[in-house]
Amino acid sequence: MIQLNEIRKSYNTEFTSLEVLKGIDLTINEGEFVSIMGSSGSGKSTLLNILGILDEYDSGEYLLDGRLIKNLTQTQAAQYRNKFLGFVFQSFNLLSFKMAWENVALPLYYQKVDRAIRKERAIEYLDKVGLKDWANHYPNQMSGGQQQRVAIARALITEPRVILADEPTGALDTQTSYDVMNIFKEVHEQGMTVIIVTHEEDISAKTQRVIRLQDGDIISS
Amino acid sequence: MKIDYDKWEEIFESLGRHKLRTFLTALAVWWGIFMLVLLVGLSNGLRNSFERDFSKGAKNALFMWGDRTSMPYNGLKPGREVDFDMRDYETLINDTEGVQIVSGRFNFWGDYSVTRNNKSFSYNVQAVHPSIKKIQFTKLDKGRFINNNDIDNTRKSIVVGHQVIADLFEEDEEPIGEFIKIKGTEYMIVGVSEKGERDWENRNIFLPISTAQRIHAGRDRVHSFALTVDATTIEEVEAIEATIRSKMATNHQFDPEDTQAIGMWNKLERYQEFQMIFSGMKGFTWFVGIGSIIAGMIGVSNIMLIVVKDRTREIGVRKALGATPRNIISMIVTEAVFLTSIAGYLGLLMGFGLIYTLSYIQKTQNIDLDFFYNPEVDFGAVMIALVVLIISGALSGLIPAIQAVKINPVVAMKS
Repeated sequence: MIQLNEIRKSYNTEFTSLEVLKGIDLTINEGEFVSIMGSSGSGKSTLLNILGILDEYDSGEYLLDGRLIKNLTQTQAAQYRNKFLGFVFQSFNLLSFKMAWENVALPLYYQKVDRAIRKERAIEYLDKVGLKDWANHYPNQMSGGQQQRVAIARALITEPRVILADEPTGALDTQTSYDVMNIFKEVHEQGMTVIIVTHEEDISAKTQRVIRLQDGDIISS
Repeated sequence: MKIDYDKWEEIFESLGRHKLRTFLTALAVWWGIFMLVLLVGLSNGLRNSFERDFSKGAKNALFMWGDRTSMPYNGLKPGREVDFDMRDYETLINDTEGVQIVSGRFNFWGDYSVTRNNKSFSYNVQAVHPSIKKIQFTKLDKGRFINNNDIDNTRKSIVVGHQVIADLFEEDEEPIGEFIKIKGTEYMIVGVSEKGERDWENRNIFLPISTAQRIHAGRDRVHSFALTVDATTIEEVEAIEATIRSKMATNHQFDPEDTQAIGMWNKLERYQEFQMIFSGMKGFTWFVGIGSIIAGMIGVSNIMLIVVKDRTREIGVRKALGATPRNIISMIVTEAVFLTSIAGYLGLLMGFGLIYTLSYIQKTQNIDLDFFYNPEVDFGAVMIALVVLIISGALSGLIPAIQAVKINPVVAMKS
């Protein structure tokens, strides 16, 4: 599903050049449940941004579902993100002025899906994360765990090939974190490829495979 | 085209979340357009009022009246009054190059009233030559104007304005052939002049100058002359004025250089001055108006920049979820265009409303203002203003929109 060959990335300032990824080789197969571990500065966020087509890499090759992801226009990148990837963020990033179902339906809006169908699908996905009854609530009326579940529903609604989660439990207490991880597990069991970036051992322990990053290199995978 | 309800919903939501900000921005645009329409309308009103007065009578008309000498001449002291008489009339008609037609004018000064059947009113009575008709473009409703027979035979014939008829006659009475009394003398109405828009036009009474001179002056006194000159440029007019002055100087023994001795007013020169003033005013009006539109536009642009800053995180999320640059630009630009168009349209509507209300009141209430007549804003100007509005709305949204497209979703969502 995901293949990285010799991915390099460095951030250049006027005086210094900081190499963040030093030639990453990585293969993640379809249906895997993977976590990427590393301390801050290990390059895991940069790696996730490259995987999420939110950032570009300097050299190497990134194949997503057999497609080479390189030198895309902003529009192409947006379309690939929309079609192939589902994002879950640490701080949920729900739109506060939209109801739960509207948040979930937002990716479909960019696919130009009809409003009625969007709503139907959104409620269907809210049901999958156990929040059907909360469809008409605003994010500030929900707990952190509920908000993250809404965000997961939003990531799933486009039926992407890969779910990318950046510290999805970082803002949650332990019990809620486990609940959220259980949802990821269910998603995985339905055949989805799930990649979770975390620095918490107990969270990565819930995944099938742990990729450890240190100073821009993979030290174990 | 399918209406994108969601986009509009978001626009209303975005505007509604900051009502005061939206209102103030809209106010700036509204004010700009409102002022532009108002300024254009009012300056057109002023212009139309002047145009109306200038369009009455010959464009090459010249008026002159006797005044006081200001230079000594031939041993005569300054300060002498110059009184015109029929000799001057003859000089002007027969012996002055450039003069086409001439009418003398003899005014009835002082307090007196015009009476008929115990009704009495006061009017503007002037004794003239028949040629005044060709200088002032007097048109008649009924009867005839003063003619040469009236002059030669010092007949007591008069031509009156509409107000005179309205005041002194019953509605179904035929005024032609009837008599009215002016300063103790009975005159017969031979004509009624056409109704004019200005009140004073309808209060005119014309009688033969010879009759007035015989009855009221006892000699051939002329108070002023109205004439037309053979000129199309200011230089030509000024040359003819100089000729006239030197002829009058001979008749009345004053220095031909003495510009105070007789007063002259020529329409051609005034008309050109007036046109220059108005083209200047028009330019100024548009300058101010466009200036206020640009100010409003910058206001909208600023607000949209703040909106983009405010929504950085939201835009980042949208980009991560698959919003293309086109989606983002369309969202911001549509919002800006919507805001400017609505505010501008209201400004247009209210500006027009005010101008037409003024115009309507003036017409229905018969309010005759010297400096204001038929204010109007032409349709073409409005269409231009509308197009300018929409384009300026788009422009004012474009810079913030480009700013929004540059937002890096990763950075935006971390903030």
